[in-house]
Amino acid sequence: MTTIVTDNCKDCRFTDCVTVCPVACFHYDDDMLYIDPDVCIDCSACIPECPVQAIYEGDDIPEDKENWIEINAERAPNLPVCEEQMDPLPGAEERKEALGF
Amino acid sequence: MTNLGTDQNPLLVAIVGSGPSGFYAAEALIKSEVKVKVDVLERLPSPFGLVRSGVAPDHQKLKQAIKLYEKIAESPDFNLIANVTVGTDISVKELRDAYHAIIFTCGAESDRKLGVPGEDLKGSYTATEFVGWYNGHPDYRDREFDLSHDIAVIIGQGNVAADVSRILSKTIDELKHTDIAQHALDALAESKIKEIHVIGRRGPAQAKFTPKELREFGELSDCEPVVLEQDLLLNPESEKELEEKSNISSKKIYDLFCEFSKREPDTAKSKKCFFSFLMSPKELIGDTTLERIIFEKNKLSGESFKQSARGTGETIELETGILFRSIGYRGIPVEGVPFNESWGTIPNDKGRVTDSENNVVDQLYTAGWIKRGPSGIIGTNRACSVETVECLIQDLEKLNSSTKKSGAKAIYSKLDIKSIRHINFEDWKKVDTSEIELGEVKDKPREKYTSIHEMLSVIK
Repeated sequence: MTTIVTDNCKDCRFTDCVTVCPVACFHYDDDMLYIDPDVCIDCSACIPECPVQAIYEGDDIPEDKENWIEINAERAPNLPVCEEQMDPLPGAEERKEALGF
Repeated sequence: MTNLGTDQNPLLVAIVGSGPSGFYAAEALIKSEVKVKVDVLERLPSPFGLVRSGVAPDHQKLKQAIKLYEKIAESPDFNLIANVTVGTDISVKELRDAYHAIIFTCGAESDRKLGVPGEDLKGSYTATEFVGWYNGHPDYRDREFDLSHDIAVIIGQGNVAADVSRILSKTIDELKHTDIAQHALDALAESKIKEIHVIGRRGPAQAKFTPKELREFGELSDCEPVVLEQDLLLNPESEKELEEKSNISSKKIYDLFCEFSKREPDTAKSKKCFFSFLMSPKELIGDTTLERIIFEKNKLSGESFKQSARGTGETIELETGILFRSIGYRGIPVEGVPFNESWGTIPNDKGRVTDSENNVVDQLYTAGWIKRGPSGIIGTNRACSVETVECLIQDLEKLNSSTKKSGAKAIYSKLDIKSIRHINFEDWKKVDTSEIELGEVKDKPREKYTSIHEMLSVIK
């Protein structure tokens, strides 16, 4: 079981998820967030928070997004922790709309 | 007068309750730009609240939230004063004298009542008692649950109801390597329960489980989930609810129910867990002990997302000797702190405690379930505590006092006079280490001490 951030986060980075993470396991780069699977406790509190439904847990991960399991695991530990909500990236609202949310 | 929140005049805060909300409040204070000293008061010798005694023993990964709390506790500005009950050992007045601010994060320790005749019959239990019992909470270790019946009923369809039902549905092999209390494991080994009925007052589109919790019922080694296909018919309002993109969690739950209803029943499994909907208990019947429950069938009325259950007058009976009520928690009032009786919470504005006229009460703050009611999961409390601490820091100037506050020192001297033993985080770590050692022998993550006396004797 693992919880991951997928491509919908890219260029949005709303970070609503970060406020409810009980263990501060979100990391960020210029584009999006990633979950450190060694820290995440799979509580799934973050999943309903994401305005673009970018977060999936274990059994729910669509097949075409399974590559994100590895991406999260690889990138998260090398990036800074996102402990507090940040401003969304410029253009996030437009991207959200384009994604159909 | 020196500014508050400086090295010369640190902000002294008492936090009442060492569950997740208490730790997140402490974290937010310690990470803030002001100099703080935080004392967390806890009535048990063990910290971590519902992460220790609420989160189910077969959900060990969730309990790893404790790792973060341990990190918070390492801060030199953090101090635990455990085994001390606010309201009896120390009054709120004494806390107000000793600290600049007090944050109540004491959770919702009591249950909401069904409010139907027969509720107090023997065999009718609260989920809280059962959860506390299998988790080794000292308050509930001596409870006895008669598990000799074929049929158990759980009223409520939230995650606590799911936990109770799952623990009853699992085999001993599925539980014995968790940190479930030994007394519970022994009693569950003798359980005769074959049917578990999880009953909700609203429909399958309104069940409040998280999809993850519900999914586990499809993966049990000796229990089959059962949902009747006819129970999954939706009214147009519920259909509309499930079509709403943001309501994806309810959609997943509904889809899981559909999946359960289509399963080829595995006849090799000896237990069944039924999920039923649109039923409210009307009366619990029995002489002194529960024998059967009369339910009234409901239908939903109102617009989408605001649908409520209304009785139809049609009743059905279910024979059962054991019932667990899991319809929500409520807080317990603390003397000297305003309390909203109908909600079971401390009235507040974003965490600032308010009185009956909605005026802010100086010095008093609240966070977590006692602030907003029993909703959300562990992490939800983080955002909640952060909001409260932001308000507290905004009030810094107002919180400065002309009289000197002496914080923990004042509390310790009061406790010493009353010969009340208080323990700190280092003391707790001794209990923690000992529990883990005891667990190792049994291949369990830990074997909990279930009495305060036992814990205190480990500390010496």
